[in-house]
Amino acid sequence: MSSVARYNLTDDGGKKVLRLSGDLTLPWLGVLPTRLDRLKEGNLTLDMSDVGNLDTIGAWLVYRTARDTKGEIVGATKEHRSLIDKVAQYDEPVQVRPEAPPPMARVLGQIGHAVSQAGATMFGLLGFFGALLIATWKVIRSPRRFRVNAVVQRFEIVGVHALGIIGLMSFLVGIVIAQQGAVQLRQFGAEVFTINLVGRSAIKELGVLMTAIMVAGRSGSAFAAQIGSMKLAEEVDAMRTIGVSPMEALVLPRVTAVVLMMPLLGFYAALCAILGGALFCMVSLEIPLITFIQRTREVVPMTDVWQCLIKAPVFGLIIGMAGCYQGLQVESNAEEVGQRTTTAVVQAIFLVIVLDAFFAIFFTAGIGWA
Amino acid sequence: MSSAAPAVKTPPRETRTGEAETLISVRGLSNSFGDQVVHEGLDLEVKRGEILGVVGGSGSGKSVMLRSIIGLQVPDAGEVEVFGETMLDREEGDLQRVRRRWGVLFQGAALFSTLTVAENVEVPLREFYPRLGAKLRDEIAAYKIVMSGLPAEAAPKYPAELSGGMRKRAGIARALALDPELLFLDEPTAGLDPIGAAAFDQLILELRDRLGLTVLLITHDLDTLYAICDRVAVIADKKIIAVGSIEELLELDHEWIQEYFRGPRGRAAEEAAEEAASEEAPHEETAAPQPAAKVEESKGKV
Repeated sequence: MSSVARYNLTDDGGKKVLRLSGDLTLPWLGVLPTRLDRLKEGNLTLDMSDVGNLDTIGAWLVYRTARDTKGEIVGATKEHRSLIDKVAQYDEPVQVRPEAPPPMARVLGQIGHAVSQAGATMFGLLGFFGALLIATWKVIRSPRRFRVNAVVQRFEIVGVHALGIIGLMSFLVGIVIAQQGAVQLRQFGAEVFTINLVGRSAIKELGVLMTAIMVAGRSGSAFAAQIGSMKLAEEVDAMRTIGVSPMEALVLPRVTAVVLMMPLLGFYAALCAILGGALFCMVSLEIPLITFIQRTREVVPMTDVWQCLIKAPVFGLIIGMAGCYQGLQVESNAEEVGQRTTTAVVQAIFLVIVLDAFFAIFFTAGIGWA
Repeated sequence: MSSAAPAVKTPPRETRTGEAETLISVRGLSNSFGDQVVHEGLDLEVKRGEILGVVGGSGSGKSVMLRSIIGLQVPDAGEVEVFGETMLDREEGDLQRVRRRWGVLFQGAALFSTLTVAENVEVPLREFYPRLGAKLRDEIAAYKIVMSGLPAEAAPKYPAELSGGMRKRAGIARALALDPELLFLDEPTAGLDPIGAAAFDQLILELRDRLGLTVLLITHDLDTLYAICDRVAVIADKKIIAVGSIEELLELDHEWIQEYFRGPRGRAAEEAAEEAASEEAPHEETAAPQPAAKVEESKGKV
């Protein structure tokens, strides 16, 4: 019968005897380990004659108590004795936890690490861009190496599958812009300028920016996660040894697809936003659809469309590169895949918005497109 | 390593005398993935205190059988009992009681990649015995790590920093953390160097003798089969076609079994085992009594 492990400390004429009883097995140990830890006495005699079953954890406990109190073990059966000896054989000083630096050093270390990491990432991305250009050049020189099937498949995943969500999102954003604009412009009796607001902001900024954010979240993250897991499974290494360049097989098709899909998706998003705005104007401001479209054609200059179409592939390049680059940086474990994926999305969105600001200044002040 | 083996081994547990208790019982197990039938009416029994090896060709469904027994794969049909409790359609709480009595080593070790080796070993202790106290838990993790043959420096490392063989040992340390009664090992010696594999065989034998461990192991390692398995189950044609000691299996007239054990590697392992047996003759005598072997003739095609 099993019973809870206990102990009883007696003073037997100057000789302290710790009498253990019950089952010294994991399920029956209870609070015994913590109470044994609190024992102050030295030179104990551990009497095991009443001990029932013993497992390696119980044996370790007895051995350790004897070791720490410089005591001796008596009354153990032959099996118990051999188990304790066995456990003792594996007693080595083992450092269980990794070394933890002091808090101050750790914070400073983290800051330093983050700074050097940021620098390394910038250099890394630059190098990656170079590698991408070299790979592109090689493919241009021998076009047979271009993986048409892979690219077309990416077209579908990056482009076609995103149509629904991007269309819906842009449509709703168009409605919101029109509604907010109408409220403000009504104060000046200039509700009709809602059309200018919706048309120009959608084509010049909103369409392509919202699309870039959505594509970064949908495809940039997927690139990082896919390539990251392939790195973990040593697929990328296998590719290299077979003579397949990961740059050509993995990175180029993805980047090509996203660069080519971004202008199409961006323009499509702008149209959806305008449609949303038009619908709102029709219902709420009683501007007929045909008037809205006519007016849009008049107020939106062609340069706005060029801006959209120039920015979109650049954003696509950034999203694709950030995703693939972070994916290829994965080295050790599954957690890193998640981390790298997050970094890829954050990096892509951040760079897209920064670049968008530069583009705005460049087009307005540099080229003079209003 | 083997020099530390005691001259006298533990007398057989009460359960091992006479008719041994059945720890695992699988009856009429059927598994399929889509059109592909993996098992059809598979039966298997594992007695307490024995080390049962499972062999079979690649893709014959050894791992799927293991997964069905430990409840990771819900079979299409059949019954699975572990410790006399059925494993199918059970409450999570009931399964938890069973889970604390077994340890599982997966083929790829399946260490938690975000935890250090020591923390990995501590996970079952933390989960099932949260009141144990951090100090004892660390100590247990430390000696289990040393026991499974890892160097002490490996304890604070993360799995990604270890080699494949070291990861396997860490997996063994985790499987042994709770001193389980039942141990499932999926290809334990694959990826270990021969010295490490031999030490592992010795470790399993010692644990069986000292703690009355029952082991179900899937292996392709013929040396392990000869060295530690009391019985070997052969899985082919979607079921267990034979169970018995290697000598008994060798007498069967089945093409695959003959090829498996009589092939060049099988012969080498047999010779090595015979050599070891003649050198350590007294050692051999004290080996656990072999449970009555059940050998059924292959019913399927030959």
